[in-house]
Amino acid sequence: MMELTTDLKREMFWTMLLARRLDERAWLLHRQGKIAFHISGIGHEAAQVGAVFALRRGFDWVVPYYRDLALLLGLGYTPRDFMLALMGKRGERTSGARQMPSHWSFKAMNVVSHSSPVATQALHAAGIGLAIKRRGEERIVFTSTGEGSTSEGEWYEAVNWAAVHRLPVVFNVQNNQYAISEPASRQMAVSGAAERACGMGLKGVSVDGMDAPACHRAFLEVFDHVRSGAGPAVIETCVYRITPHSSDDDDRSYRSREEVEHYKQNDCLPRAEKALGLEPELVEELERKAKAMVDDAVAFALSAPDPDGPEAAYPVYAEDVRDA
Amino acid sequence: MPTPITMPKLGESIVEGTVARWIKTEGDAVQEYEPILEVDSDKVVAEVPSPAAGTLLRILAREGQSVPTGSVIGWVGAPGEAVPGDETGEPAGAKPPAPAQAVRAGRDRELGFISPVVARMAAEYNLDLRLVKGSGEGGRITKKDVQAYLDAQKTNGGPQPWELPADGDLFRPRELDSAAPKPPEPPTLDDPAQDRLLPLDPMRRAIAEHMAMSMRTAPHVTTVMEADLTRVTEHRRANLEVFARDGAHLTYTAYVVAAVAAGLKAFPLVNSSWSDAGILLHRRMHIGLAVSLEEQGLVVPVIRDADGLSLLGIARAVNDLAARARTRRLRADEASGGTFTITNHGVGGSLFATPVINQPQCGILGVGAIQKRVVVIDDMLAVRPMVYLSFTFDHRVVDGYTADGFLRTVVKALEGW
Amino acid sequence: MPEMTLIEAVRQALDEELARDERVLVIGEDVGRRGGVFRATQGLLEKYGEERVIDSPLAEASIVGVGVGAALYGMRPVCEIQFADFIHMAFNQVVNEAARMCYRSNGEWTLPMVIRAPYGGGIGGGIYHSQSVEAFYAHVPGLKVVIPSNPKDAKGLLKAAIRDPNPVMFFEPKKGYRLIRGEVPEGDYSVPIGPAHVSREGTDLSVFAYGMMHHYALQAAAQAGAEGISVEVVDLRTLLPVDRQSILASVRKTGKALIVHEDNLTGGYGAEVAAILAEEAFGDLDAPVMRLCAPDVPGIPFSHAMQEWVMPNPQKILGAIRRLARF
Repeated sequence: MMELTTDLKREMFWTMLLARRLDERAWLLHRQGKIAFHISGIGHEAAQVGAVFALRRGFDWVVPYYRDLALLLGLGYTPRDFMLALMGKRGERTSGARQMPSHWSFKAMNVVSHSSPVATQALHAAGIGLAIKRRGEERIVFTSTGEGSTSEGEWYEAVNWAAVHRLPVVFNVQNNQYAISEPASRQMAVSGAAERACGMGLKGVSVDGMDAPACHRAFLEVFDHVRSGAGPAVIETCVYRITPHSSDDDDRSYRSREEVEHYKQNDCLPRAEKALGLEPELVEELERKAKAMVDDAVAFALSAPDPDGPEAAYPVYAEDVRDA
Repeated sequence: MPTPITMPKLGESIVEGTVARWIKTEGDAVQEYEPILEVDSDKVVAEVPSPAAGTLLRILAREGQSVPTGSVIGWVGAPGEAVPGDETGEPAGAKPPAPAQAVRAGRDRELGFISPVVARMAAEYNLDLRLVKGSGEGGRITKKDVQAYLDAQKTNGGPQPWELPADGDLFRPRELDSAAPKPPEPPTLDDPAQDRLLPLDPMRRAIAEHMAMSMRTAPHVTTVMEADLTRVTEHRRANLEVFARDGAHLTYTAYVVAAVAAGLKAFPLVNSSWSDAGILLHRRMHIGLAVSLEEQGLVVPVIRDADGLSLLGIARAVNDLAARARTRRLRADEASGGTFTITNHGVGGSLFATPVINQPQCGILGVGAIQKRVVVIDDMLAVRPMVYLSFTFDHRVVDGYTADGFLRTVVKALEGW
Repeated sequence: MPEMTLIEAVRQALDEELARDERVLVIGEDVGRRGGVFRATQGLLEKYGEERVIDSPLAEASIVGVGVGAALYGMRPVCEIQFADFIHMAFNQVVNEAARMCYRSNGEWTLPMVIRAPYGGGIGGGIYHSQSVEAFYAHVPGLKVVIPSNPKDAKGLLKAAIRDPNPVMFFEPKKGYRLIRGEVPEGDYSVPIGPAHVSREGTDLSVFAYGMMHHYALQAAAQAGAEGISVEVVDLRTLLPVDRQSILASVRKTGKALIVHEDNLTGGYGAEVAAILAEEAFGDLDAPVMRLCAPDVPGIPFSHAMQEWVMPNPQKILGAIRRLARF
């Protein structure tokens, strides 16, 4: 198994840390009334950096979902981008402030736009896989969802397609135990999403999603498998959603504080600091840097203008697309 | 700033008026209050005085055209002054005829359904749609009808036959013309030999609507009595000259009006109107007289407060109103507001009739022809000038008891003159 | 010019576009080995291979969704839904994903793709093989909706759709697949998406129709012509974007409009045409705008008698023309 270089360890930790601090700031901004909505990725960071640093970034294709902040930061998405999105300001890079925040799109890095209904993008990943296969290229497609999405017909259709046509698609299920209020046991009768793959004729893997190095190793292995032409795979990263579903949710109505506290003890960020063996001085320096970047991003976005209202008329058709 | 001439409201219930005749033409100088046009409502023709001194700048409503009351039908102002709605300040008269009053799309009382395009074309070409024959459903004027009318107008003003080239045959065998005989045209309404459609003038339409409405509204019952007019006749003969000296022609009608006033006084319930809320008793007695305009219809001028007039006063009022009604010179308010009506159907020889109530009144009295008849008085035969009085009443308001009591009172008033 | 059926024109368009552009893919149920249940893709698998003529699993959402993915990657997929009745399973992929992709990414991602589906009744297909679904999609900005009525347009419009940079819904009147024959120009040509076509000039009234109903409208108009009624027939061809100018121009001439579709009345495409006329040609109307559509029943029944009762046909159209002409 490939050993992580010091640089990579530092890069992974930095990405997790930045994602965490941005995410926390988003909650604060929401409680201050400065933003209208936030959907959190806290608790998912280890799994996402495990995946993104195992990808060939900018070569492979990414079809993400709305909790993938750390994944996107790993692909070059910036704190300023994120704050513009949270505030719906002019220059927002994924949709020109048409979509809610955390609905990614980043063409330069082969990150595809997705919608709010879950699992619909899994089919797009299959289609991209089909095209890659037709071209005979070495790329793979990475697509992510939560475990709730695996109840959707479109997720099955996508996994089945990819399996039938042996497409180079990796279906990542970030199983954070809850689909808003419903526990995973309300989504599936099997023990996890990886088990779902068994009956559909493709590889299924489950990994502790709060262990960054373990996730990285698992993704590298799965990506190699898929890249080799052996067909698609499902990889489940088992995480815990420490926050409520979104800024508008109250999770006290469906789970105990004790349960949440228990998982906080297992938080992936301190675990990563330890597992990746980072010096405390370095962590402190990174913390300072993260805070400065987050502060800068907030100030930048607050001072950014709103888009012009009439911009809403465009671009409905490809013919309307104008260079920004 | 020019002053608008508006279509006056010629009475309480009147919502539109028709331009009967423009006395002045565009460009004429006018004085304030000088009659400028005549307006025809369904009841009267009235002169409209100029609202200002100056020049008649613009005529907006043609003669014969009906417009809602309050509509601007013309403008008076300084010579050459611009009129609102005109783009340029060209002097009046230099313009083509002003746009006809816009016929609006939708149901038109006179013309039936007017489609949006027909309304638009009428406005665009300044058309009087009453001149266009409708071929659509229910006689509706269609776009094609308007187009055909416009085309025909164009043809009428177009090149004459001698200006048009023939088909080129210099010596055309006559057989060719007779070879294909034209099928006879199917008769149309235009064929004088066939039925003819008379357009409805405002008066005819108003009478029709009113009569139909009355018959629908009130249960009509007619009761008839006979009156001996011996004393009235004698009184009249004795006083004709006296009245004439005072400038009044004493007619039998005056006696009837007086007798009716007496009847109404004795039976106030007859001087009333039905309403769903209750029977509205009229304090005052305004007695209408139906005056025939022969084929043109009839009008009902009203003698106000007839109960307060002497026979002379009544006679004068009858003379005056009847004369002006016949020449259609009544003021609008002189032909409305009656509380009871008398109709003189006897002038045409009719003996008795079943008159239709003039809504919203309770009764109408028909006066038949006065004839000398043989009657039995104290078991002896006598020859007397007799008249049948036909009283139609609204059975919702009064019953036979009251109606006959009223009519008996009228008869007694006449017989005891 | 060679004469052919509508389905043959569709097949030729697919064949020529597959040959012309290696990015073109055909995806659908039974499109490969079977050559399509209506034979629209006959012979294409043999010619272009199973990587370009792809038999999909029996899952409509995936046919469209995989098409979206392929288009994101730069392919030009032509997705076939076997019957328009089955497209409802793919509604989310069409409406939420394909239609909104360009807008929601502020133009970063566009989708050059076509979704073909045979639609319409009169073939004894019952409630689930007879539906007209165009009104659903004509309501969705971001889509183009095209319905050809004859072989020449079918071929030219399908080629234009495949070359279009947007998702195009291409509904084919399946009753006309073999019934409607016509001349098709030789060589490569396309018919632009957007403009309607005046297929018969007239002065008394305008009939707006598309697909099979346009075919019927022409028949009814010919009979009406023999009766002295001059009917203008407009083949709408593209429902979205709607060709307002052609609709308005025709009614400005005739003053009367009849819209015919076999989709049911309420909320149907005719309502849009009627609204356009009411808003923009009110002053040109000489009669109320009239619609002749299927009644508001959930589907076209299997029974022949009931099917005939529900479906508009040339006789019913002629009746409507006569009524409107008389007004």
